[in-house]
Amino acid sequence: MLAHYGYKDGSGEYFIVLDTDKCDGCGRCVSSCPWGVFEIGEDENDPFRETAVAKVSESHRKKLKYSCAPCKPGSGKKPLPCLESCAPGAIGHSW
Amino acid sequence: MNVAGVDCGSKSAKVLILRDEKVLARVAVLSGFDPKAAAAQALDEALKQAGLSRGDLSHVTATGTGKNEVDFASSMITEVGADARAVIVLFPAARTVIDIGAEEGRAIRISPEGKVIDFAVNEKCAAGAGTFTETMARTLEVAVEDMGPLSLKSQNAVPMNAQCAVFAESEVVSLIHAKHSKEDIARAVHDAIADRIASMARKIGIEKDIVLIGGVAKNVGFVNSLKRNLKEELLIPENPEYSCALGAALMAAERAKEG
Amino acid sequence: MPTEYWRWPESRWTSPEIDGKAGQIITAGVDVGSVSSQAVVLVDGALFCYSSLRTGSDSPESAQRAMEYALTGTGLILADIHYVVGTGYGRVNIPFAQRALTEIACHARGANFMYGPTVKTILDMGGQDCKAIRCDAKGKVTNFLMNDKCAAGTGRGMEVFADLLSVPIEDMGRLSFEVDTEPPPVSSTCVVFAKSEAVGLLRKGWPKEKVLAAYSSAMAHRVVELLQRIQVEQDFAITGGIAKNEGVVKRIEAELKIKALEPKYDAQIAGALGGALFAKALVEKERGLR
Repeated sequence: MLAHYGYKDGSGEYFIVLDTDKCDGCGRCVSSCPWGVFEIGEDENDPFRETAVAKVSESHRKKLKYSCAPCKPGSGKKPLPCLESCAPGAIGHSW
Repeated sequence: MNVAGVDCGSKSAKVLILRDEKVLARVAVLSGFDPKAAAAQALDEALKQAGLSRGDLSHVTATGTGKNEVDFASSMITEVGADARAVIVLFPAARTVIDIGAEEGRAIRISPEGKVIDFAVNEKCAAGAGTFTETMARTLEVAVEDMGPLSLKSQNAVPMNAQCAVFAESEVVSLIHAKHSKEDIARAVHDAIADRIASMARKIGIEKDIVLIGGVAKNVGFVNSLKRNLKEELLIPENPEYSCALGAALMAAERAKEG
Repeated sequence: MPTEYWRWPESRWTSPEIDGKAGQIITAGVDVGSVSSQAVVLVDGALFCYSSLRTGSDSPESAQRAMEYALTGTGLILADIHYVVGTGYGRVNIPFAQRALTEIACHARGANFMYGPTVKTILDMGGQDCKAIRCDAKGKVTNFLMNDKCAAGTGRGMEVFADLLSVPIEDMGRLSFEVDTEPPPVSSTCVVFAKSEAVGLLRKGWPKEKVLAAYSSAMAHRVVELLQRIQVEQDFAITGGIAKNEGVVKRIEAELKIKALEPKYDAQIAGALGGALFAKALVEKERGLR
């Protein structure tokens, strides 16, 4: 399942796409993100999934433009820490 | 030489008349549905205040969302450019400018010479601008000018989750039902908008001194929330809603000297 | 008391054919949204009764009211229900629910029941959110996106206009077509700005119907943009309150060049219905029937 977390408002579209079929619940994204954007837990969208899955935390979900800004290109950090840490390549950014 | 700067904003048109770096007049007229007429009216009233006529003006520069509608202007300048020009003159040590208007919020980094290094604009989303406070004031049944002082009396921080002015209205209604005081809700409103604006400012990097301008800078509650969020002091000029028009006027003065 | 134009009628329905008391597995889904709440009861997987009403200031109390309203006159009471799944914004606060599941999962399941296994793309326009969901033939979610940050494309956005134009919300769809030619849309990026634009248009002499058409266009465009992000695959269905607004529905269909499936039941119950279906699957799992 491709879970799009984020929003669209007047200033643009900001979504983090988590591919839950690829996600194995390892939790490396949680520790690599300096701002706590990710969380690991039960899959609320799939009641029959047994393994844990990564998701975007509720406190960041509607502010992603600002939460992710410090890591985005033009800020000095080259590859995004979350993308680097995800071995199965389950994380994507729409912007 | 007499010059004028016209800031044709979404809520009001502001005109500032300058003579050799001295402000002769400042007038604001609500834009209503005719920003063009509002700008003209503001100009005429400002001229009256200054004891001048249109012919006495050497140059007029327009800025603001409605700058193209100001037919009596000879040149235009972007709001970001106008803000930078005005602030470096008002506060030579300024390096970050935050301008919050009725429908738009901006954060600008400037060099010691007043050149724009970087900027971020929050437009097309009412949650990042003055309209948010106005809408909430209506829901709380409090006059807009009282929102600031009211929120300073708050003893508790109440979180507000809504990131949209329309949803925030419903949230304020639930907070009222949950028996939170108007003081606490007013403060929550200011904290919420300060949070968004601080995030926008952090995007371009914050360097002291930080100057706050625009109509919303007159709201003591918002200023307090923003200071708390940034953990920094904020410099605010007198008549902050005219700073952008001042920038346009300074540009007009430069143009007048050239031509 | 001035007329509340945004107030839509609350409703309930009971199946005339099913005997609730004879059911082996009786399950319920309760969807407590920020604007409306629904309760659906299934008897052995068949639709038995449902209700739809406005969410009050208290989530648990709204869930209770929705449940009781649905059961009114059916002869069944809450204690007869074997498993309740809660969903929606207020799902974690439903005291009588055994499990809470997201609206995404529930709407997909519910739409699969309501429209059949051919439905692959669902657009749900709720009170304070807008969801685009792709699912498989069994109603399992394969791709989703939810926008609940911004009022553009949500029911609240529509209510703001009902209030502004003094038009009862159930008439907004029909009235938006009473124009000679389709006007250009107002701002689709912000309800607050769209409203200011609309006030200006009314001042210029635009009749209500024209303003409604412009706003419905803007809403349709907004949601189509979200749908395109997850890519629309037919069949396409619309659930949620705004499915009842033909002004927005027809304009979405025109922009996508795809017709949405016709709902057989009240489109607003999709979430609660999905919840009740999950509840049945969970009971069957517990009883070792799966």
